[in-house]
Amino acid sequence: MSGESCSGWYDECHVNSKRNQLGEDLARMLKGGVIMDVVTAKQAKLAERAGACSVMALERVPSDIRKEGGVARMSDPQLIREIQDAVSIPVMAKVRIGHAAEAKILEELGVDFIDESEVLTPADPFDHIDKRKFKIPFVCGATNLGEALRRVQEGAAMIRTKGEAGTGNVIEAVRHLKLIKREIAELKKMKPEELKAYASAERVEVALVKRVREEGRLPVVTFVAGGVATPADAALLMDIGAEGVFVGSGIFKSKDPRRFAEAIVKATVHYKDLKVVTKVSTGLGAAMPGLEISGLPIKMQERGW
Amino acid sequence: MTVGVLAFHGDFAEHIQILEDLNVKSKEVRSLQDLAVVHRLIIPGGESTVISQFLFASGVAEEIRRRVREENFPVYGTCAGAILLAKRVTGKNPPRALGLMDMTVNRNAYGTQRESFEATLKIPGEKTPLSVAFIRAPVIERVGPRVEVLASHKGHPVLVQEGSLLAGTFHPEVRADKRIHELFLSL
Repeated sequence: MSGESCSGWYDECHVNSKRNQLGEDLARMLKGGVIMDVVTAKQAKLAERAGACSVMALERVPSDIRKEGGVARMSDPQLIREIQDAVSIPVMAKVRIGHAAEAKILEELGVDFIDESEVLTPADPFDHIDKRKFKIPFVCGATNLGEALRRVQEGAAMIRTKGEAGTGNVIEAVRHLKLIKREIAELKKMKPEELKAYASAERVEVALVKRVREEGRLPVVTFVAGGVATPADAALLMDIGAEGVFVGSGIFKSKDPRRFAEAIVKATVHYKDLKVVTKVSTGLGAAMPGLEISGLPIKMQERGW
Repeated sequence: MTVGVLAFHGDFAEHIQILEDLNVKSKEVRSLQDLAVVHRLIIPGGESTVISQFLFASGVAEEIRRRVREENFPVYGTCAGAILLAKRVTGKNPPRALGLMDMTVNRNAYGTQRESFEATLKIPGEKTPLSVAFIRAPVIERVGPRVEVLASHKGHPVLVQEGSLLAGTFHPEVRADKRIHELFLSL
């Protein structure tokens, strides 16, 4: 990447001052792994033993947030501390979109990654958090390439699809991952003036768009999230090009959380090996109950912009 | 020569990229069959708890041990890989390790991501220092008499060698510095 022109802030020349390089590095270490939502220290230990590469500490899993309604906020720091004490793997926690004060609390707690998440009720109708001001890296959701690039420009060190959290329905995660891939492929066909127009329409720096076109991928590690409920769902998304998987309600809302956790980890690692995916899918018992997307009163993926 | 990169989880793609840049043939290793065709092995960064489970469940762990014992099989471990090479692992919830190098490694000894850092390191035979990243890194607390310390940072060994085994607590691969890989290939 060296030798490129230094037109925008987002290029290699300014790399160390503008990007959360260490956060992007941590995201690389998580690749090929499964990040699991947990609501207690006991669940966190179960997740770690089952092979999770990280846990997301929160008070309610998305399917319960959906059911119970009300305003969903950052978890109580006490709960996050208990989970940090219980495990040795990285601990993530969620803040509301645009809620920099919640993020500062999580930084003070020393979580390893902050998820600025549409699963919680948004706090700022205008802006996402300026993530460049934090040492703790952020992961953010996206439904398409433009949204992903806006988050990267704001300093996100990792991107995940939004999918549709708490539904156990994988279609939206597939949609978002495929859209991002297709839009990157379309960038390759664009002429320089079209690239400029695209960057301007999506409110991102041209240098960032050029980099994505050159590398044929997002500049940060890209996981999938939202609706993953079975080992086969994880294998499907890895095969489409996900670099790892977030599982929210899919584990602890299943009949047998320990077996589901182990099975989803194995299917993610060995997604190319049909024998393994078949074996871990066999006799698993009931997955979490699923929801049809068209019947949802609230679509979490529409939060954020 | 084919260099295997253990590819259960972690930043194995970054190691493969460096090997490609060095024009060295590489192979992702996830099974005994994969391991059988490689002449050297890199254990990447990632979560040692995750990598350990797959290492032992697949039988790859036992075969690595046998080849190191009988054939001086060269293995390079970075971060999680260094933990897995150690005889003794301390810290919270330590994973089962291969126990091949006479050293004690404390997992996540620096703390959480807040304590991750970049540093420049002097290594023997290199004029310009390496610029590397320590990501939730472990600390090598003790090394045995047969272990040679190749680089240190703030009083702790960070790059060590014992025969055909090389362990580093930092990541040269995420900064695309090829020199530690070249060193490994020369063992």
